[in-house]
Amino acid sequence: MPAFFNDNGFLILLMVQQALLALSLYLPLTAGQLSLATPGFYALGGYVAAVFSTRIFPPSEGLLSINILLFEMFVAGVLCAIAAVFVGVPALRLRGVYFSLATIAFVEVLRVVSLNLEITGGAVGIFAIPQVFETQLGYLWVLFPLLCVVCGILFFVENLRPGRALRAIREDELAAGAMGINVLAYKSATFIWGAVLAGVVGAVSAHLLNTWNSRQGTFDASVNCLAYVLIGGSYHLLGPVVGGAILSVLPELLKELQDFRLFINGLLLVLAALFLPQGMIGRAFLKRAK
Amino acid sequence: MLLQQVLNGLSIGSVYAIFAIGYSLVFSLLGVINFSHGAIFTVGAYASFTLLTGSFGNGYFGALKLPFVLPMFFAILGGALTSATLSMLVELCAFRPLRKRKAEPTLSLISSLGVALAVVSFIQLVYGSETQSLPADIFESLPPVLEFGGALVRTSQALIFCVSIIAMAFLFAGLHFTRFGKALRAVAENPATASLLGISVNRYIFTTFLISGFLAGLAGILVASSYGISGPYFGVTYGLKGLAVVILGGLGTLGGGFVGGFVVGIAEAFVPAELSAYKEAVAFSFLFLFLLLRPQGILGKSLIQKV
Repeated sequence: MPAFFNDNGFLILLMVQQALLALSLYLPLTAGQLSLATPGFYALGGYVAAVFSTRIFPPSEGLLSINILLFEMFVAGVLCAIAAVFVGVPALRLRGVYFSLATIAFVEVLRVVSLNLEITGGAVGIFAIPQVFETQLGYLWVLFPLLCVVCGILFFVENLRPGRALRAIREDELAAGAMGINVLAYKSATFIWGAVLAGVVGAVSAHLLNTWNSRQGTFDASVNCLAYVLIGGSYHLLGPVVGGAILSVLPELLKELQDFRLFINGLLLVLAALFLPQGMIGRAFLKRAK
Repeated sequence: MLLQQVLNGLSIGSVYAIFAIGYSLVFSLLGVINFSHGAIFTVGAYASFTLLTGSFGNGYFGALKLPFVLPMFFAILGGALTSATLSMLVELCAFRPLRKRKAEPTLSLISSLGVALAVVSFIQLVYGSETQSLPADIFESLPPVLEFGGALVRTSQALIFCVSIIAMAFLFAGLHFTRFGKALRAVAENPATASLLGISVNRYIFTTFLISGFLAGLAGILVASSYGISGPYFGVTYGLKGLAVVILGGLGTLGGGFVGGFVVGIAEAFVPAELSAYKEAVAFSFLFLFLLLRPQGILGKSLIQKV
């Protein structure tokens, strides 16, 4: 067993990390809002951690204390929440595809700005970010509990009043509003919590990846997250988790095919959209499970 | 100096405009965004590169050579037609099957993105990832630089502008003065009613993809002729910017793509040289502001929510 973990450690981490990002995109989607802003907040959270650990609390030698990592995660979450209020609350007045495009605009503007600021290291980015654990696999101690906690909360909330309100909003915003549900408040809340989750994951990932640059938050990354959720299934929280885990590992498994990897990845996306219209965890699957 | 910037802006703006109109055409019919538009743009540029130089770049087929090369005009036409063909294939493989099954519209985002990814990586396999530039002598006897009242304009920039304007004029005339255009507008207004009136909706959607692909290919070739091809991914940037342009102008209106294109082109031309690194963000900052102040775009009509 330890050998398995050692050989595939990075893949396992990648699965957990991408599943978390997929959940961050899934959150606003529970209120029917297709937000592509996740990589923007992910990049922002990563920059927070990178700047903190290289400039403000650089470890004199050896590993960074885990308390500092937790503190960075907290700061990243708070900052992303503030950013999400500034971006989301005005943008959430927009409907459908216009909202999605506003979030793309946010990601792109953030990318160009981080590419040019001095504090973010410009095009090179920030490198030699101190490690918290001896091995990469150690980060699983942070990411895996995070995944469990997030899933647990979501699972619990889904059956409470907020979960029912969100389902109503997703089905029909106007009708939900007419029933006395505060549509804007629910939409903002899911958007902000999604942003916080992405920021926290970003903060951990900056240490995990050791370097951080503007390529972390691009349109391509948004597309990947979207694919995780839609192919995994967008009607149950297991959908994004499964989608994120499988689709993030797929390119690694296709490594043998080298140059043809991206080509096949693209074809698989088309096929999945055509033949798994509700995602892997679709309504039929859920019915059978019940 | 001012005139110079306006002319630069008009030239690149006209490309944005024809590119954005392609998005707009498809959106007005289907209500979804065709994310493979940027890839189709790239294909047009590469196809006309091959037709002009006979070379297949430095990828897997680097050793191959076309036995002939075409003059500028036919190469442009050939490239644009290649794009149009690809665009029709996208409709057949990625959009029509989903429509038939009445799937969620967001799924066609994924399928068109999948096509885009496959196409771009295919180009990378064939041509390699190096930058390519079209030969400098494609304009043959024309002088490389023209002068307009003290401002200098490259011939390629003037060509971009003229070709784009002609293409748009044809499109406007076609949509407003022909039977075909009338039918197309009817489909955009309400597909169900249109099909009751004997209009074959699928055929018109198919034709729209053809036109949209042709325009995207044309835009790709024009950009390549003036600025070169910066590798297989160069369509992605334009694809995103085109999205910003259509929303800015008003999604689903033809005039919107036109106005939005010029607004973004000229605004970018006025970014001072010391801030040129932020040029890429201009379109999106504008987009964000506009979405908040006037979400229907410059020319769009505001939507009335119906229950």
